[in-house]
Amino acid sequence: MNLLSQIESAAAASSLARGAMEFDKSLATVAYVAAAVLFIFSLGGLSHQESARRGNLFGMIGMAIAVLATVFGYMHGGYWLTVAAIVPAAVIGAVLAARVPMTGMPELVAMLHSFVGLAAVLVGFSSYIDDATHAMAGQRLVHLLEVYLGVFIGAVTFTGSIVAFLKLRGSISGKPLLLPARHVLNAIMLLVCVGLGIWFCSAESVASGIMPLGVMTIIASLVGIHIVVAIGGADMPVVVSMLNSYSGWAAAAAGFMLKNHLLIVTGALVGSSGAILSYIMCAAMNRSFISVILGGFGTSGGNSSRQVDGTIKEFTIDETVDLLLEAKSIVIVPGYGMAVAQAQHALADVVKLLREKGKEVRFAIHPVAGRLPGHMNVLLAEANVPYDIVLEMDEINDDLPNTDVVLVIGANDIVNPAAEEDPDSPIAGMPVIQVWKAKTVIVMKRGMATGYAGVDNPLFYKDNTRMLFGDAKASVDGILARLRERLGS
Amino acid sequence: MKIGVPKETHPGERRVAATPDTAGRLREKLGFEVHVQSGAGASANYPDAAYEAAGCIIHPTAREVFEAADILLKVRPPNAEELEWLTPDKLLIGFLAPAQHPELLDALAQRGVTALAMEAVPRISRAQKMDALSSMANIAGYRAVIEAAYLFDRFFTGQVTAAGKVPPAKVLVIGAGVAGLSAIGAARGLGAIVRAFDVRPEVADQVKSMGAEFLMLEFDADEAGGTEGGYAKPASPEFIAKEMDLFARQAKEVDIIITTALIPGRPAPRLITREMVETMRPGSIVVDLAAEQGGNCEVTQADQVTEHNGVHIVGFTDLPSRLASTSSQLYGTNLYHVLEELGGASQFKLDLDDEVLRSMAVVHEGQVHWPPPPIAVSAKPKPASDAPPVRPAVARRKQSKVGSWVAVFLAVAGLVAVGLTRDPSLLTDVTVFVLACVVGWQVIWNVTPALHTPLMSVTNAISGIIIIGGLVQVGSEKWIASILGALAIFFASINIAGGFLVTQRMLRMFRK
Repeated sequence: MNLLSQIESAAAASSLARGAMEFDKSLATVAYVAAAVLFIFSLGGLSHQESARRGNLFGMIGMAIAVLATVFGYMHGGYWLTVAAIVPAAVIGAVLAARVPMTGMPELVAMLHSFVGLAAVLVGFSSYIDDATHAMAGQRLVHLLEVYLGVFIGAVTFTGSIVAFLKLRGSISGKPLLLPARHVLNAIMLLVCVGLGIWFCSAESVASGIMPLGVMTIIASLVGIHIVVAIGGADMPVVVSMLNSYSGWAAAAAGFMLKNHLLIVTGALVGSSGAILSYIMCAAMNRSFISVILGGFGTSGGNSSRQVDGTIKEFTIDETVDLLLEAKSIVIVPGYGMAVAQAQHALADVVKLLREKGKEVRFAIHPVAGRLPGHMNVLLAEANVPYDIVLEMDEINDDLPNTDVVLVIGANDIVNPAAEEDPDSPIAGMPVIQVWKAKTVIVMKRGMATGYAGVDNPLFYKDNTRMLFGDAKASVDGILARLRERLGS
Repeated sequence: MKIGVPKETHPGERRVAATPDTAGRLREKLGFEVHVQSGAGASANYPDAAYEAAGCIIHPTAREVFEAADILLKVRPPNAEELEWLTPDKLLIGFLAPAQHPELLDALAQRGVTALAMEAVPRISRAQKMDALSSMANIAGYRAVIEAAYLFDRFFTGQVTAAGKVPPAKVLVIGAGVAGLSAIGAARGLGAIVRAFDVRPEVADQVKSMGAEFLMLEFDADEAGGTEGGYAKPASPEFIAKEMDLFARQAKEVDIIITTALIPGRPAPRLITREMVETMRPGSIVVDLAAEQGGNCEVTQADQVTEHNGVHIVGFTDLPSRLASTSSQLYGTNLYHVLEELGGASQFKLDLDDEVLRSMAVVHEGQVHWPPPPIAVSAKPKPASDAPPVRPAVARRKQSKVGSWVAVFLAVAGLVAVGLTRDPSLLTDVTVFVLACVVGWQVIWNVTPALHTPLMSVTNAISGIIIIGGLVQVGSEKWIASILGALAIFFASINIAGGFLVTQRMLRMFRK
């Protein structure tokens, strides 16, 4: 006989003998503790590149233990259905993971968030419909509240992530969509949810309670959509981390309703991870979390910013190459434009050539560069740039005055001196990479358009700034070709 | 618009206000027509042919140049004859020494002309490209060392030869402005040991970066001569006494003293007394760059090299002119930038709202505008170089105190509410939840920002733990609950597989 039927018979046997079942549950609880510890180690491993892969392995082992412990300790039937669900899902997941390009990571992450949200909604409904779980709970009211809250968070996460996914993919516009009186609209929807909650908790039977729960789910879905459509493209790092956080809280809420401590612990871990990431992203833009979530940033566009006047000094690819060959220390500041143009591979080759010539080449990454926290690092890693030359903003800012050349590729707001110099600027106080302190700054840009924040950038008019106009990929390819020619290789 | 470049008339002046290079740029880039007096650049080694090749029109006499041009570029102030040729519509740009020669300004005002004084370029970063005093001071500092080296009867650099050891020369540079720093650089380049002194302690770093030793006076910082508009200002008597004491001691030790101390609009401070010169070793040199304003050294005579007790004292006032080619080129470039600031030929306008031009326009349409209103410059870190004015720091957003108190209150209220439910299983759950949040908070802060994307994907995978909820529910006796549970398992599994595998793929790419 195969393993599954053995499990089935074992489980059936255990449900007959109550003592045996208690024993399985104790073992499962111990296994849960092990899994929780492994998850913590897994996240701890990410503190450094060298331990990160081991951390991921811990996560996998922890997950395997958790699933097996649940199967043996808590499951009572439905094994074939489980297999039918897991196998195709695992295949789909594996294919997605193998196929996704690194520039597509934000989309993948957003999509995975939506699945967690959806799963939380499904579990919530399932546990509500299934009377058996009610018996497990302590007080009925508490349990109902947990279900209600879990479904609410799950639904918001689900639809919010889908909108984020569509925005990141470009299927819908990245521009914030601002309905009139949107804050009032949100408040009304929340109030309706609270009212439905009271109805739901006072419902006598499952049949009568399913109605308010369903309506609330629809409203919560609308809330999720509405929140995310109002947020602009460059705030996506915050939104994605926020949804990451929500997906954790959704899992934790499911843990509350099912009285499952592993779910609570893991959900809390993921939830705080997302919360911290959101906090870091907001701090990197010098904005409050609330103002990001309320959305609509950048729509008024540089209303109070000073008019910048001055002349722009243009540079050609030849001049750029000359300067790079003369320089001793070079810092490259990539932004989302580099990712869009797919310039990272050619750039990595340029860096390789320059490093072979004995030049000190480093990358400076702003926390909100890209559409996902740490996105630039992944793109550069994919292009085989060694991670020890990829530095954070705080690590490199002090070195910039001693740097000969800074190359800014597809970045704008994160190198804008107005953030430090102009108190009226919409981005005032945002920490920026102080590229203008270097001897020469070469800005590669398609045109003179303002960045996401709609703020004019005085950097372009500084005496030591040179503009290299053109598509980032074409420019970097040009530099690479010219460099190869000059170095005779 | 026409620009006129006459030959300089001041005796011994070899510079010219435009070189073929700058004249060519005035013509091509700014659209001026350039009229040059024949032989104007000869003593700076710029022949007429070179001007002609640059598209300039050559006139045989100065008078014709004055008549032809709307704008006259000069190095030295105009002489009486030249003044006569200046008619009210003309603009004169050059060194006019407005502080030393107020009578010249009056004469210019009477003629009704407009005159821009190159000395009056304010020391702000935007105006640096027009700052001819700095360009000339740089050259003077270099030339001072060359003059000293010419008169000095020893090597600058120390050498060990088969015929014995030669000690290096010791040079003291007083005043670390542009000229002083240039002199330090030149003397270091020749191999001398260089010490430097300045009343502004903040220039110590610049002195050190040029390779000289900075002589410190132990003194209260407020008492020391601070700065005003980037230049030194007079110091207190106690300070001067200590300073003189330092110079007296140094005079006995060093071979060459180069003084560059100038206070704008005042006679040069007397720093090296006759007695100090007498204590110097015979064969020593003093180069006094302040000779024109009376000299830093008591025995200096302007425009001459004198000998006092075997010590040569160089009082040349024409040091930039002695390097005529380079100084003409730099001065011409400064003038070019002034004309660019004026809008070039096409948009020519003397905008008196512009602080640089307002400051330079010492005579405007027959009115004397001297001295100009002060421009506050905060040039503390780098008085002589490209320090941008310090701007007020932009405040970072502060977390509101009220907000955090509200958060604490809500947290406490929430916990109390949980306690009031008297539901033991909920209490356990909340305990676990809060502790897990704290652990998560601690662990996540340690994650390196470079790995934030893998962190997101691995938390994605881990939040697939919701599969447990599905697993528990899938065995439900109600078929709907069971199907919903299976669907939850399905989606959670995509997360688990996809999240872990993509993380693995990403982490494999990170390499040293």
